Amino acid sequence: MKEKVLTSGDISEIEKVYEHFPLRSAACIEGLKIVQKNHRWVSDDAVKELAELLEMSPAAIDSVATYYSLIFRKPVGRHVIMVCDSVSCWIMGYEGILNQLKDRLQIGYGETTIDDRFTLLSICCLGTCDHAPAIMINNDLHRDLTPDKLDAILETYK
Amino acid sequence: MYTLNDNIEKPLTQHIKNDGSWLTLKEYESTGGYSGLKKALQMTPAEITQLVMDSGLKGRGGAGFSTGKKWSTIDISENASELKYLVANADEMEPGSFKDRYLLEGNPHQLIEGIIIGAYAIQASFSYVFLRWAYHLAGEALTQSLQEAYDAGYLGKNILGSGFNTDMSLHISVGRYMCGEETALLNALEGKRSNPRAKPPYPSNSGLFGKPTIVNNVETLSNVPHIINNGAEWFLKLSKTGEGGTKLYGASGKVKKPGLWELPLGISLRELLEDYAGGMADGYQFKGLLPGGGSTDFLLEEHLDVAMDYASVAKAGSRLGTGTIIVLDDKTCPVGMVHNLERFFAQESCGWCTPCREGLPWTAKILNALETGTGKADDLNILEFHTHYMAPGNTFCALAPGAMEPLQSALKYFKADFEMHIHQHKCPWNS
Repeated sequence: MKEKVLTSGDISEIEKVYEHFPLRSAACIEGLKIVQKNHRWVSDDAVKELAELLEMSPAAIDSVATYYSLIFRKPVGRHVIMVCDSVSCWIMGYEGILNQLKDRLQIGYGETTIDDRFTLLSICCLGTCDHAPAIMINNDLHRDLTPDKLDAILETYK
Repeated sequence: MYTLNDNIEKPLTQHIKNDGSWLTLKEYESTGGYSGLKKALQMTPAEITQLVMDSGLKGRGGAGFSTGKKWSTIDISENASELKYLVANADEMEPGSFKDRYLLEGNPHQLIEGIIIGAYAIQASFSYVFLRWAYHLAGEALTQSLQEAYDAGYLGKNILGSGFNTDMSLHISVGRYMCGEETALLNALEGKRSNPRAKPPYPSNSGLFGKPTIVNNVETLSNVPHIINNGAEWFLKLSKTGEGGTKLYGASGKVKKPGLWELPLGISLRELLEDYAGGMADGYQFKGLLPGGGSTDFLLEEHLDVAMDYASVAKAGSRLGTGTIIVLDDKTCPVGMVHNLERFFAQESCGWCTPCREGLPWTAKILNALETGTGKADDLNILEFHTHYMAPGNTFCALAPGAMEPLQSALKYFKADFEMHIHQHKCPWNS
C-alpha cells in the first residue's frame, strides 16, 4: 500500500478545525494551510487525502488550492522570498532588488535554487509603502532595501 | 517613528509605543481601555447604533458608508436569527495602503474592544478578525490579545456580568486582493474561493453561512470605543469639515518623509504633502497623486487645496479611499505607473465575471506595449473603451471599476505622455 502524505498529527489538527464549522468543507483553506505548514507544500496526493477527510472532491479542493496565491502546489525551497511588486515599491525601484536577487540566486519567479535553499515569488503590496521597497523572506519583513543590502540578508537564511 | 509635535487630538494612535511592541491588556486598560465597553454594556444595542450614526463615522476601508446605518440594517428583534456575525476586515491589500497594519501591530485591544461593542450593537454571538497572511506581527499581537481578553472576561459568556455572550476568532488568510471585498471575504471565511456574491441579498440579511453579518474595516472599528466614551459631538468636532473623526493618512513615493499620521479628517492635500510628508524629495518635481490607494483617480497640482474628506475628494473627481496617498514625480513614467497598477488588478481579478477577467489583462497588455515601444495610435481609444466597458454596473463587484479609476484619470491628465510613447516608439522615461 502507498504511504500516506498526511500524518495522524496532520489529521487530528484538521479535525479540530472542522469541528467548529457546520460543514467539513468549510475547513478547506485551514486544511490546506495545515498541510503546507507541516509539509512545506501541497502535493497531488495531499489534495486527494484532504478531499477524503473533508468529504469533498479532489477537484473542489484543488480549485481552492490553486486560487490562493500563498498555497504552494509545487515544491518550494527551505526559504521563500516574496518580492513586493506593487505600485509604491515600483516607484521606489523594486526592479533593482528583483534583478539583484535573480542574479545572486540564478533563478526567476516561481523557481527554486538547486540546493533547495530559496524559492523566488512576487507578492501583492506588503502594506509598508513608506519603507519601500520591501520583501518578505518566510515570515520576516525586510524594508527600505537597496540592492547592496541583499547579500547580508540572504546570508542569514541557511 | 510616526511621532510629531503638534497639538492635534489623536484618539487612535496616541498611546501606540512605536518600539515594535503592542499595548498589552494592562497597558491598554491604563489608557482607559475597555471603559468604552463597560459603558456600552449599560446602553441598549439600538442606543449604541444611534450614537455611532450620530457621530458621522464612515467606513474607513474605502467605501465610506455610514457605520451606524450599516449596523441599523441588522434585525435585532426577537424574531431575528439568533446566530449573527461581525467580521473585522483586516485584509489590507490596497496598493499603497499601510494604515490598518499600524493599528493592528500597535494597539490590538483597541480593535478587539471596538469589535465587542459592535457585536453587542448588532447582537452578534460570534466575530472574526480576517487578517492577511503577510501581517505576521499583527497575527501574533491579535493571538495574544484575544487570549488576554478571554482571560479578563471581555469575551466569552456573560461578559462583565451583562448577560451578553460573544466569541471571537482570528482567521489568517492565504492571499488574494479579492478577499477585501466584503462578500468575497465571507466566501473565503467559508473555506471557498473568494468570488464576490450577488447583492441583494446583502450580508446583513444573508452573510456568513447564510446568517446576518456585518463587515467593518479595522480603522472603523478602532474608533468605536472612543465614540462611546466621548460622544458623537466630540467625534464630529475632531474633523475639520464636519464628516466626523480623525483619519490615518499616509504618503509614499518620492517625498522627503514618507509616513503615516493621524490627523483631523478633512486636512488639505497640500498640508499632507508639504507639512507632513515634507514635500518632494530633492531633485523631484510633483506631477500628480492617487489620494487613497491604487484604485482611486489621479489628482493634480490644481487639486492640492482639496480637503481630504469623502465629499470633497469625490467632488474633485476621485475618492478618499484609504487616505494613503501615492505620489507620482516627474522622473517616474505615468504610463508605467498605470501599467504596474493594471497588471496588479489583472492578476488579482478572481475571474468570476467576463469584463474584469478579459478586460483587465487587455488593458495591462496595451500598457505594456506602450511601455515597450510597440503601442499603436488606436491603443488609446481601446483603453478609453475599457474605462466604460468596466464602469460601475458593468461588472460583478467593485474591483474592475476601481482598477479603471487610475487609468481613466491618467488618460485625461497625462494624455500627452501616452501619445509620446506611441510617437517615439519607446518610453521617454526609459532612455
